[in-house]
Amino acid sequence: MAKVKSLEELMKIKEKSLKDLQMRDTEKKGKIVVAMGTCGIAAGAKDTLQAIVRELADNKVDDMSVVQSGCMGLCEVEPTVEVHMEGQAPIIYGHVTPEQARRIVQQHILSGKVVSDLMVKKGEI
Amino acid sequence: MVVDQTLEKVREIIEAVEKEQSLEEGDILLNCLHRVQDVYQNFVPSEAAELVAERLKVPLSKVYEVLTFYTMFSTKLRGKYVIRVCNSLPCHVTGGSQIIDALFKELKVGFGGTTEDGLFTLEKTGCLGLCGVGPVIMINDEFYGNLTVDRVAEILADYRARGEAGV
Amino acid sequence: MSATDKTSIASEAPAPRVEARAATNTILLCAGGACISSGEESCLQALRATLEKYALQDVVKVVETGCMGMCDAGPLMILYPEGVFYQKLKPSDMEQIVSEHLLKGRIVESKLFVDPSTKVKITSAYDDHPFFTKQVKIATRNMGVIDPMSIEEYIARDGYFALRKVLQEMTPEQVIDTLKKSGLRGRGGAGFPTGLKWELTRKVPGKEKFVLCNADEGDPGAFMDRSILEGDPHSVLEAMAIAGYAVGAQKGYVYIRAEYPLAIERLTEGIKQAKEYGLFGENIMGSGFSFDLEIRMGAGAFVCGEETALIESVEGKRGQPRVKPPFPAQKGVWNKPTLNNNVETYANIPPIILNGPEWFTRIGTEKSKGTKVFCLAGKIKNTGLVEVPIGITLREVVYDIGGGIPNNKSFKAVQTGGPSGGCIPAEHLDMPIDYETLKTIGTMMGSGGMVFMDEDTCMVDVAKFFLQFSVDESCGKCTPCREGNRVMYEILERITNGEGEEGDIERLETLGQSIIDSSLCGLGQTSPQPVLSTIRFFRDEYEAHIREKRCPAKVCRSLIRYHIDESKCVGCTACARVCPVAAISGSLRKPHRIDPEICTRCGSCIEVCRFGAISKITPI
Repeated sequence: MAKVKSLEELMKIKEKSLKDLQMRDTEKKGKIVVAMGTCGIAAGAKDTLQAIVRELADNKVDDMSVVQSGCMGLCEVEPTVEVHMEGQAPIIYGHVTPEQARRIVQQHILSGKVVSDLMVKKGEI
Repeated sequence: MVVDQTLEKVREIIEAVEKEQSLEEGDILLNCLHRVQDVYQNFVPSEAAELVAERLKVPLSKVYEVLTFYTMFSTKLRGKYVIRVCNSLPCHVTGGSQIIDALFKELKVGFGGTTEDGLFTLEKTGCLGLCGVGPVIMINDEFYGNLTVDRVAEILADYRARGEAGV
Repeated sequence: MSATDKTSIASEAPAPRVEARAATNTILLCAGGACISSGEESCLQALRATLEKYALQDVVKVVETGCMGMCDAGPLMILYPEGVFYQKLKPSDMEQIVSEHLLKGRIVESKLFVDPSTKVKITSAYDDHPFFTKQVKIATRNMGVIDPMSIEEYIARDGYFALRKVLQEMTPEQVIDTLKKSGLRGRGGAGFPTGLKWELTRKVPGKEKFVLCNADEGDPGAFMDRSILEGDPHSVLEAMAIAGYAVGAQKGYVYIRAEYPLAIERLTEGIKQAKEYGLFGENIMGSGFSFDLEIRMGAGAFVCGEETALIESVEGKRGQPRVKPPFPAQKGVWNKPTLNNNVETYANIPPIILNGPEWFTRIGTEKSKGTKVFCLAGKIKNTGLVEVPIGITLREVVYDIGGGIPNNKSFKAVQTGGPSGGCIPAEHLDMPIDYETLKTIGTMMGSGGMVFMDEDTCMVDVAKFFLQFSVDESCGKCTPCREGNRVMYEILERITNGEGEEGDIERLETLGQSIIDSSLCGLGQTSPQPVLSTIRFFRDEYEAHIREKRCPAKVCRSLIRYHIDESKCVGCTACARVCPVAAISGSLRKPHRIDPEICTRCGSCIEVCRFGAISKITPI
């Protein structure tokens, strides 16, 4: 990997990864972010992540990226999952058990309907 | 496990740690002991302690000073799974004492005790920093939060199954 | 547009109103007791009828929920997912809500929920949720936003731009000056000015210096350091490199407790990635400055959070505090000048460098600038982690951000500063939270853990709990802490067992004061605080335990007994079946009895009784 030496080089990395982070100009339709802090994991986030990955695969969805993040702070509703479809405000879901995760994939990802009863927040954290 | 083979592993660990960490000499004792403890099911036997002392060129008494000071180290054989129950106020006010009672009842041991089958050692710990999802326990390196009495039974059953399967 | 289209989210970015119309697919109607009594059921019937009239009954789901908490404004309704919140509904309002809001996407202004404290109309229940809106995120700016294992995403959020600026545009003196002007103070507890600490370390002569990061977070109820390291490890790594440049150190250690394996893993990966990009290691960004960092793990000793004990532990010894002075700035790791800051302090530094000190001083109070991360735990609705401007009132934290106390219980007190701090009772709810004000009532900011307690919490029990912690965690080096705390614990044990004597409170006070005066390190010097503070604010509870052998909160097991009200008991045997020690007797359909001699006060029976026949009685 090339060593960063200047402001310009740092800017280049920033611009490229900012696009991915904000879901702009990417090849993917959207991304699913699972909060994987220890608190989330203790509340079952690993199982949730697994369920999402499996459900996407079972439905042959390959244009969604699944990534992890740290804790978003609201431990009360762990495990938390954020669904960010390109061009739309991100939706944050709470209390996402594996079963609910499958529902999110079915309803939100496949049918484009927000799973309102699980929603904690709409918009950036 | 043959003793000599295990000691060989300890030698490898010490060499690896020395290679990774080169800032200063002598400060790698804790990291070494952590890894040695992983090799021997959750404790550091005397022959391993001796080897660590010899290799790191520190007196054996210093190794034991450290081993006995820190609660995560043990000089006595512990269970395959060390269950650490958070004993801090945030877990207490959210029902931690019921979880502790449930563990006593399920495992039939008190704090510091190891179950007859050698599978579990029960210990208490200070805050695990998972207060948002309390009550919490830690089993080896895994964390379990939002515990209920039923959930504790489930988790233990899971570990018992793992223990039988030899994982 | 067909009816089904209305439920799906428009694919191209639509105007908010259109989106609101298109998105509504669930209506929540509060069916709490208060709303039912103010007419929720007739509203529900009217709503169902109106939905049918517009053929929306299959696409809009109507759900009755539990109490939403704003009972004065009932009946209440939330339209999801846009979260529009309507209040004081009448059956006649349903026509307008369906025809205007659902079909035309126009918010029915006259029915919008009005925040009782601000008199502001709330258009959305969640976008404007105070849990999020009252926060100002500096130290936690990237948490939950970026992938912690991706240095590129950190860079996308201006990561390592501060390090670049420092190395290529600033002298070490300018960096220190910036920090001094910012007014940043140590977030680990004591609140020492960070810029001054850096300056002191820089001024001590010596070729070899060290930068330490104290990640040995052990205060019960505090987990911000773990969360930052797990969610945004690079923010700390970048700041440590900046610190190295400013104080003249080339080496650093992150000392982290072994109970945080995930944070260790992410830090390790972070260091590796930073080295690959040349942002760590030799000759960083061609500046000639080199900085290397290693991780040192603790092994379960709370005292290692004390800076001199931490240094001992980094050196591979028992974590026992050293006598100060000399301070770590003079003689720290390997007796070399050492700068030690806590995780949250470091996480604040890159934004301060980038945005300038004036930006930072605009947040906070006169003497305490910036924000503080608090961890909300215990009896509070929204447990979790929040970053708020210093000087926010406790009331805002409890009721706005924290969402209040669960189960309709009342707020009793909050413990701040962990085992080194004290409690804040309800009478001080309107106090601003800053370093100085908290000290005036005998507690401290500490690392930011807040453990909330409701009316069911016994304050003597709480004090005993913290003291037990201090007894367990005393390193044993000095007598006041090792022996004094033990004696105090024994007195508390007697009090909670109903064996307290007149004079016990005074004994606790005297002994506590001498431990404060004579202990070696900061932990010993603060360990009696939870006891002294609860005596100060809840002396009557101590007196009730001692004089009346009564535990007002009905917690202390020796001072309560469980009782079955024979007039309410129907003899269903549920309690007898669940009792682990067979203390409950009685035959089917006959009132049961609990034998207090056998009963262990576990509380299982109360939980299963569906007739409210079992209660706790104190004194026995």
